[in-house]
Amino acid sequence: MSDHAIFARLRALLGTSGVERDADGLPCATPDTADALSLVCRLAHEEGWKIRIEGRGTWLPSDAPADLAVSSRGLDQVVSVSPADLVATVQAGATLDSVRRRLAEEGMWLALDPPGRPERSVGSIIATATAGPLRQGFGPVRDHVLGCTVATGDGRLVKAGGRVVKNVAGYDLTKLHVGGFGGFGIIAEVHLRLRALPRADVTLLARGPRDTLTSAARDLIAARLLPGALELLSPALAAEADWILAARFVGTDAAVQADVRRLSSLGELPWQPVPTDRTAAFWSMVSRGSLGGPITLRLGVLGDGIDDSIDLLSHDLDEGLVAAGAGAGMIRWTGNAPVEQLRAVRRAGAAREIPMTLERAPWALRRALGHFGAYREGVGQLVGRLRDSFDPRQCLSVALEAGND
Amino acid sequence: MKPELIEALGRIVGPRWLRHRRAELATYTMDGLPTRESYPGVVVMPKTAGEVCEVVRLLHLVDVPFVARGAGTGLSGGAVADPDAVLIALGRMNRILQVDPCRRRARVEPGVVNARLSEATAPHGLQYVPDPSSQAACTVGGNVAENAGGPHCLKYGVTTNHIVELEVVLPDGSTTRLGSRQGEPWGPDLVGLFVGSEGMFGIATEITVRLEPLPESVRTMLADFSTVRAASQAVSAIIAAGIVPAALEMMDRACVAAVEASIYAAGYPTDAAAVLLVELDGQTDAVEAEAKTVVSLLQERGARTVRSASTPADRARLWQGRKKAFGAMGRIAPDLAVQDAVVPRSALPDIMDRIEEIRLSYGLTISNVFHAGDGNLHPNISFDRRDPNVAGRVHDACRDIMAACVAAGGSITGEHGVGSDKIDYMPSIFDAETLGAMRAVRRVFDPAERANPGKVIPLHACREWRAARGVR
Ligand SMILES: Cc1cc2nc3c(=O)[nH]c(=O)nc-3n(C[C@H](O)[C@H](O)[C@H](O)COP(=O)(O)OP(=O)(O)OC[C@H]3O[C@@H](n4cnc5c(N)ncnc54)[C@H](O)[C@@H]3O)c2cc1C
Repeated sequence: MSDHAIFARLRALLGTSGVERDADGLPCATPDTADALSLVCRLAHEEGWKIRIEGRGTWLPSDAPADLAVSSRGLDQVVSVSPADLVATVQAGATLDSVRRRLAEEGMWLALDPPGRPERSVGSIIATATAGPLRQGFGPVRDHVLGCTVATGDGRLVKAGGRVVKNVAGYDLTKLHVGGFGGFGIIAEVHLRLRALPRADVTLLARGPRDTLTSAARDLIAARLLPGALELLSPALAAEADWILAARFVGTDAAVQADVRRLSSLGELPWQPVPTDRTAAFWSMVSRGSLGGPITLRLGVLGDGIDDSIDLLSHDLDEGLVAAGAGAGMIRWTGNAPVEQLRAVRRAGAAREIPMTLERAPWALRRALGHFGAYREGVGQLVGRLRDSFDPRQCLSVALEAGND
Repeated sequence: MKPELIEALGRIVGPRWLRHRRAELATYTMDGLPTRESYPGVVVMPKTAGEVCEVVRLLHLVDVPFVARGAGTGLSGGAVADPDAVLIALGRMNRILQVDPCRRRARVEPGVVNARLSEATAPHGLQYVPDPSSQAACTVGGNVAENAGGPHCLKYGVTTNHIVELEVVLPDGSTTRLGSRQGEPWGPDLVGLFVGSEGMFGIATEITVRLEPLPESVRTMLADFSTVRAASQAVSAIIAAGIVPAALEMMDRACVAAVEASIYAAGYPTDAAAVLLVELDGQTDAVEAEAKTVVSLLQERGARTVRSASTPADRARLWQGRKKAFGAMGRIAPDLAVQDAVVPRSALPDIMDRIEEIRLSYGLTISNVFHAGDGNLHPNISFDRRDPNVAGRVHDACRDIMAACVAAGGSITGEHGVGSDKIDYMPSIFDAETLGAMRAVRRVFDPAERANPGKVIPLHACREWRAARGVR
């Protein structure tokens, strides 16, 4: 079907304001309700059109080949915030920034600090499961998502989970969409778990050689300190001469003070507090740091494997921009490298039992490598069948594995 | 069950570890749910993942359904099998394979009893946090299947937040590993999907869990209130103050009465309408300071007395009644329907009023003990199932309670699962589309739907079932 015809069919479905052409002239649907989103998916399914899923376009480039783009931009509402229940319902296209501001007004806090820009869409954070430094104290993205409404590739509207913090009714389908890169459907709306805005929020920095910092980080964890974040930053990412270890303590005054006192008493490193008025800017610098190159990789490692894994990356790729959870593990590497090198490093990682997810890259690389690689035996089949069940005609242009169109 | 099949199964696990005579099967006819009873066709007790795999492969070949069973403490009928199914009892797979204190991980077989795991890790200063009240009996495999919770899940999360890697035998007898030791998936989060699948996606044969450090200091407080509403408001006030207690548990008057009349008497005030247990943990200084705040919040919201304990013995005394509440209630009548539902925390006071109305209208004994911090209710009905007049009333009361919780924006189960008990309520919270998607996911793991058949998903309410029969 011609571009024009697709455009016209979409306009007939969503009205003139619901469809535009993007910079490349591709028809772009911007449904503003979950139902409208599912109708677009159903139409694409019936016609066999390929969909490029877009959020705000600030994290993954909008470059997947497709007959139309579907953007979550029109789904930008904070639907409800219940401070008493510590739950918010937010549409997928709402920006992190706007959600944070709205929550702060009500004394609430979402303990997520993903890489990228503050205007990232909430949906993109969840679909890519890109947690930031706060993962140390508050867990990965999945721990913050209580439920979600998703339009499947064939236009069904699936409402997984719920609005309560504890819920075991039915299978936990939400988990599939957190970090599913949209391969199982387009997220329309999510229920988020909140926390009370922390009364105290203190960040301290230590500078030095990398292995000194990683070893100090391990000691700090062993001493049962409870940092909200404990992030190791490469000199390039921090724009400094040395590696940095950043410890952030959030919570009640009493808990934070107790941790900070304990930190100084460990005495291994000369910790310097970041002035309160500069804390937000510091962490925002860390978030943006991961945008400093076209490719971002995420490696699952444990605390004692950080040094080796960073060595592996710098040997096989280059030192790049590295942010690593020094306690909870997880390394995020940003830089540039040709596809063969990336393939080799992923293979080397797999040999060491290190999962490596391609978080961000231009389409050609995503297609060549897949967001995921090196599935364990049997897993690839399960994932393939799951995709078939959520997107039977493969309308969603998402490269979960290598070689997908 | 065909004799040849029984014989073949016996060859895999050894004849000693197979039960098929009716008298032998009697212990396996129920789990913790008093209202469902069925004799399985045969019970096998494999010792290794290899045996599980062989058993499941054989059943795949002959197209016979199976049900996994841990300790059988489940409260939704999940571990009960029909006569045409093989019950695979995993209690013999009870080895703790590895404790890695440095990386804070433990790898266990599914039949390991929950409390044993924490006992094994305690010498390293570590704990496995999810602590269902049944922890002295229930297995980690059963916890994974149900995504079990416990009092200390308010601060630390439920089972799903603590499982990083699983080895599973799929219903076709193939084995696969999901997740990674690190906790970062190799692909989509299939561990997250498997946890809570109630034995319908396959059998977990090896489980790697995350361990947490034992807190340096713990303080337990017990406050009593003259209204449930005041106690609920105290709960909200604590949370709003930015304090996340390790546990925040409530018991109502009926529950306290049951406890105090039992051998588990803990000295709870029997004239109180509600008793609240608050536990704080963390660094000593922080706990002390937060405890002060909590005490004043409790008093501001009308606590009549606040008792506080920090030594293990004193804390155990305060906890005793809570931990043994189910046991104490069990003494009131021959049967106890342990109910489980969730409401948004702000709906607690209203829902408690509603449960009281329901209790009065059906003339039943209901005692409430629950995880107030996360709105997870356990309205428990004491009854005698031999009394034909009462069974219907229990059923209707449960139905009304579920409906009230759903209407309040909650869920039909917070930790006990759907099993067969709650299956009829599933359409009250999930539409046909969503139920259909759940069933489709189940069929990805189990195309023939032979693993724990007939549980969780009401087939007639799924979209494709309805479409096939022209139901709208
Ligand atoms: C007094 C009492 C108090 C309780 N308190 C709590 C509580 O506080 N919190 C809570 O969450 N629950 C509680 N429960 C419920 C119950 O203990 C939990 O659901 C527990 O997780 C069940 O474990 P089990 O080993 O007994 O499993 P079972 O009852 O044997 O089985 C439960 C389900 O798991 C499946 N299963 C078992 N093992 C496996 C495996 N290896 N792989 C795949 N599927 C498997 C079974 O097929 C079944 O569907 C309580 C029960 C009682 C009796």
